[in-house]
Amino acid sequence: MTSLWPRLEPLLAKVEKPARYIGLEDGALQPRPDPAKVAWLLLYPDTYEIGLPNQGLQILYEILNERDDALAERSYAPWADLEALLRSRGIPLFSVDTHRAAGEFDVLGFNLSAELTYTNLLNCVDLAGVPVRARERGPEHPLVLAGGHCTYNPEPLADFLDLVVLGDGEEVVGEITEVVRDWKVSGRTPGSRRGVLRELAGITGVYVPSLYEARYDGGRLVAVEPTAPEAPALVEKRTLADLADWPYPKRQLVPLTEVVHDRLNVEVFRGCTRGCRFCQAGMITRPVRERPAEQVVQMVRDGLKRTGYDEVALTSLSTADFSGIERVVADTVNDAAGGGRVSVSLPSLRVDAFTVGIAAQIQKARRTGLTFAPEAGSWRLRQVINKLIREEDLYGAVDSAFSQGWRRMKLYFLTGLPTETDEDTLGIARLARESVAIGKRHTQGASVTVSVGGFVPKPFTPFQWFGQNPPEELRRKIDLLRDELRRDRGVKLKWHDPKATLVEGIMSRGDRRLGPVIEDVWRAGGVFQEWSELFSHDLWMEAMARNGLSPDDYAHRHRTEDEVLPWDHLSAGLHKDFLWQDWRDALDEHGLADCRWTPCYDCGACTGYGIEHIVASARPPAGGSQGTGQDLATGGAVPVALLTRSAVQP
Amino acid sequence: MTRVRIRFTKDGKVRFTSHRDIARILERVARRAELPLAYSQGFSPRPRLHFGLALPTGCASAGEYADIDLDEPVDLATLPDVLTVHLPPGMEVTAAVEVDPHAPSLQEAVTSCTWRISLPEVAPGDGVAAVQRAMASAALPVTRQRKGNVVTDDIRGGIIELVALSASAGGTEIVTELATRPRGVRPGDLIDALDPSWEPTVIRREHQWIATGDARHEPLASRTDATPHAEVRAS
Repeated sequence: MTSLWPRLEPLLAKVEKPARYIGLEDGALQPRPDPAKVAWLLLYPDTYEIGLPNQGLQILYEILNERDDALAERSYAPWADLEALLRSRGIPLFSVDTHRAAGEFDVLGFNLSAELTYTNLLNCVDLAGVPVRARERGPEHPLVLAGGHCTYNPEPLADFLDLVVLGDGEEVVGEITEVVRDWKVSGRTPGSRRGVLRELAGITGVYVPSLYEARYDGGRLVAVEPTAPEAPALVEKRTLADLADWPYPKRQLVPLTEVVHDRLNVEVFRGCTRGCRFCQAGMITRPVRERPAEQVVQMVRDGLKRTGYDEVALTSLSTADFSGIERVVADTVNDAAGGGRVSVSLPSLRVDAFTVGIAAQIQKARRTGLTFAPEAGSWRLRQVINKLIREEDLYGAVDSAFSQGWRRMKLYFLTGLPTETDEDTLGIARLARESVAIGKRHTQGASVTVSVGGFVPKPFTPFQWFGQNPPEELRRKIDLLRDELRRDRGVKLKWHDPKATLVEGIMSRGDRRLGPVIEDVWRAGGVFQEWSELFSHDLWMEAMARNGLSPDDYAHRHRTEDEVLPWDHLSAGLHKDFLWQDWRDALDEHGLADCRWTPCYDCGACTGYGIEHIVASARPPAGGSQGTGQDLATGGAVPVALLTRSAVQP
Repeated sequence: MTRVRIRFTKDGKVRFTSHRDIARILERVARRAELPLAYSQGFSPRPRLHFGLALPTGCASAGEYADIDLDEPVDLATLPDVLTVHLPPGMEVTAAVEVDPHAPSLQEAVTSCTWRISLPEVAPGDGVAAVQRAMASAALPVTRQRKGNVVTDDIRGGIIELVALSASAGGTEIVTELATRPRGVRPGDLIDALDPSWEPTVIRREHQWIATGDARHEPLASRTDATPHAEVRAS
């Protein structure tokens, strides 16, 4: 176990952004190898700048390093320039903490947040000197594990992963460590690999793909069934009961070089019950578990002091819904220690004036951008997707923001949503145009950036049965919008590549037959596919054709109620009949209230695990139709609590 | 308002950070040390830190400088240690002094830098020969990319001093003083002119100089520096 640093050092002078590979972050550890400890290498299969801020990996890094029987280091996907040098000189993938070879660790634990990183996972495993196919690995090889949101349908990666973790990782990594430690202490004898995997399969939240068999009838999947007694027929996700018990990261890593989200991040709650039907995160992370406001304040205060950051993000899926939001914001902004220089950002804003009021209060120090996500262009379609924002809520928010000094904002939309008509699509242009007009009343320079993403249906959402729009249709809708907005100065339109949306869609709801496709694309050099300049539609389509698979069948076809879905043997706690009913309600343009403040409709997330929402306030937040007690027919009877300009000034 | 000039080192792994990275690291470190930072006015107030000549990413340095504007004076004797505690391994603040806010900026003031370039793979004889050839030539054209254009510059006039030494561990060490104006010469340019096949392992900035007539001095002497040129205080 020696450091590869002396061999890496001369290479770093030749590559772009060498600081990606040096580690040394404040908060980083240099654990000493120990035969009695399980060595975890936590990997993010994208560049350092994208991967370093990932809070999931940072939380597990700390929790594992606090244990007596484990240590953890980190690694990220090397960029092509360094990869070429590593391969030409026979140097393996390394950890950034002590620059040890990845293959020397006992577990390679990947965070999977995006389908287009799948080929990078294979590349990292290969660079580690580990066979990419799980069945070719021996006792001398590390266990290859994945967690993160994409693992709710890990089937396309079934050939490559030894084990998969569903849900919150904080507790389960300890249970996995104990099993792997025994395996390590026993000397990892020949043939022992299947034994340890069988034992791991018995841990709740752990899925071992090799212990299940997928059966097909013609072109249709008919079942994925366990082949070992330890493997449960239905793998349940893990859910922490109380976030207050897990105040992590305690020592957030502060990188030496620029990364995305380069600020202190404090998670204020996990889970979301807004019930937006396109949103996988909101469905699979239920129930809502709030962190106590005092703990948030303490974590913010300690974190700012320790890191030297002047910006903190209060993270969650909808931070304005946090019961303690006003208090936390006031405490942070007015904390004398910050000298009035600390700005707070809310990464997911609700669309209403109340939220803008909070944003104005917290961005006294520095005005960053303001982003709203109405998601769809008409009230009808917003009922379909259950994003219940009225037009007047958006305009109220926009007016409030421009009047309080913002000069530009971003609006996020999806296109290719179920039942979407051209009228709905053109509604996006209308909302954008009107927002600019409102802005012009306050400032001549008012501008709005509209970002349009192609909708990809995800597992464990009511839209999991929906056949997504083909790239040509998405392209047509984008062109429609582009033509419509051609003369609108002040509106800038951005969109995602519809062809990348297709590949994402194939992987998102794909089955095990996609393994060879992923491997083919990787072998043909298709890495960093989520980088638009490196994405290759042709590589994917050629690989699909070579393996006799139809993109239409995977992505564009509507699925029926009785069809076996590739993730039916996995569970996010949601009842399938709840999701089906919600899908029917969507098609009926029928919205569903947030169950935090209205009676339970038994989606399964709480009752199945015997846990409950942890919400400090039983009173719904103030705001427009997105507050609760809302009248869904008209989109909300709760008055909009407008904060006036004078109210937010110091 | 008080302006404090600090001198610091950059060595080891941390030398692979960029000039911009160093600026952000120092800003965070100043906040962690709870210095009374002065902020810029306007919509987006930032702490007022001013940096000297950018050090190319990957180069080490014994003498980097930054000026920090403060709302009130701080104890300069303890400041180097107060900051160093928060810096990553490989960075150390070696001196601090108050400077006149109206004095020329570091960018404007520094006229040349001394560099030490380690070439363990280059035989000392080859190193000496290349240096002699270069010093004897009237012009040393170097082709480089600038703002997307390929341009050729003659760097001969920017070489103030150039010697090849036999390194104790074997190979060659080049010690050179390169001008920063009118068009600065970078150590990489010099290597290209001497022999583009050479692969330096470490390039270290040993000194930055401010020339005043025939004399030269450093912007700020290191507390631990014993060079004869280092006794002059900052302006």
